[in-house]
Amino acid sequence: MAQDLFRKFQAMPSLGGGAPAPPTSAERIPRHSTGLGEFTRMVAGQEEMRILDLGPTSPTNIARLTGLGHKMYNEDILLASTSPAYAARTEEGKPTLNVDRFLGENLTYTTTLFDAVLCWDIPDYLPEAVVRPAVERLHRVTKTGGVLLAFFHTRDAGPDAPYYRYHIVGDDQLELQQGPRFRLQRIFNNRNIEKLFQEFASIKFFLARDNVREVLVVK
Amino acid sequence: MEMPKVTDNFRSDVAHIGKSVLVKGELSGSEDLYLDGEVEGSIELRDHALVVGPHGRVRAHINARDVVVHGKVDGNIKGTERVELKKSAVLVGDIFTQRIIIEDGAFFKGAIDIQKEGAKSAAKREAPVGTSAASASAAAYSAAPAAASSAATETPGYSASPAQKKY
Repeated sequence: MAQDLFRKFQAMPSLGGGAPAPPTSAERIPRHSTGLGEFTRMVAGQEEMRILDLGPTSPTNIARLTGLGHKMYNEDILLASTSPAYAARTEEGKPTLNVDRFLGENLTYTTTLFDAVLCWDIPDYLPEAVVRPAVERLHRVTKTGGVLLAFFHTRDAGPDAPYYRYHIVGDDQLELQQGPRFRLQRIFNNRNIEKLFQEFASIKFFLARDNVREVLVVK
Repeated sequence: MEMPKVTDNFRSDVAHIGKSVLVKGELSGSEDLYLDGEVEGSIELRDHALVVGPHGRVRAHINARDVVVHGKVDGNIKGTERVELKKSAVLVGDIFTQRIIIEDGAFFKGAIDIQKEGAKSAAKREAPVGTSAASASAAAYSAAPAAASSAATETPGYSASPAQKKY
């Protein structure tokens, strides 16, 4: 069923093979983000919010968000998904991911509910088996009224679109730094995205010039 | 007789646990400690500094004044003054501190709770602590608390974190 949602580029090459290759560049590319600006406005003026960053550890993000008085959580679920510990095989023998085990050890917040989640473009790179369960888990651990920011590549991005780390340097300003060489797994169209976040109360799209759609969803 | 070379990693006034040493249980002391071995249990240094060296492997909750991590830690870190994660650091656990310094390249999974200065003052009134001469490297950042937190030592409900693990 879920397979119908996605136009897959190809099977994930790194499943069961350990962590991907290390980043090739420390260069940071400035980028304006309307979605981040909206996200910032929604969390502005409030302190001690619980914010979950699902990207690779970013000292910049941690400094900025803790500096604003928020409590920061960091969990790189994409890197975690490459652990051989979660590698499994389908009945046809194709590589996949043991979702139950993965979600038993990741995104396991039992009593904490988040005011905001920085999802970045993780869903574009996650193994397909875990995309929908992970989003359902995120819905569960987000407060009612909480906000989630996600990015999705458009069809024009191509399968070799580089994986970036996102550093927040301003209210609506990011710096992109090339991260480990994860491969884009699929392209979501707008309808796919709406279905992915169908349990959330609202969804707003922002089109960017760099083949990325920014999406802000509110629970 | 030649004197042993004194470096930042091996000073005469710092206790040293070498990389071949495995400690299981409660490790406590009243002097600074450089740990390059393996510890499972708990580490209690209170008013002193702990450096987990590049070979250090810790599966323990840590309580010290300053904590610098080069190696791997699976457990919560409470650094009353400062916690620093070097670029080679791998930390799975929560951080409770007043100043956090993370170098780019460090891996961190958990929560960061920046404690307010007021909590420090109150703690000092109850149990005076030594002063620290913490310094941040140029490649790192330092996050000072911007706002008061009334629940500075609150334990997050994060079941994957070692907060609920027993060592």
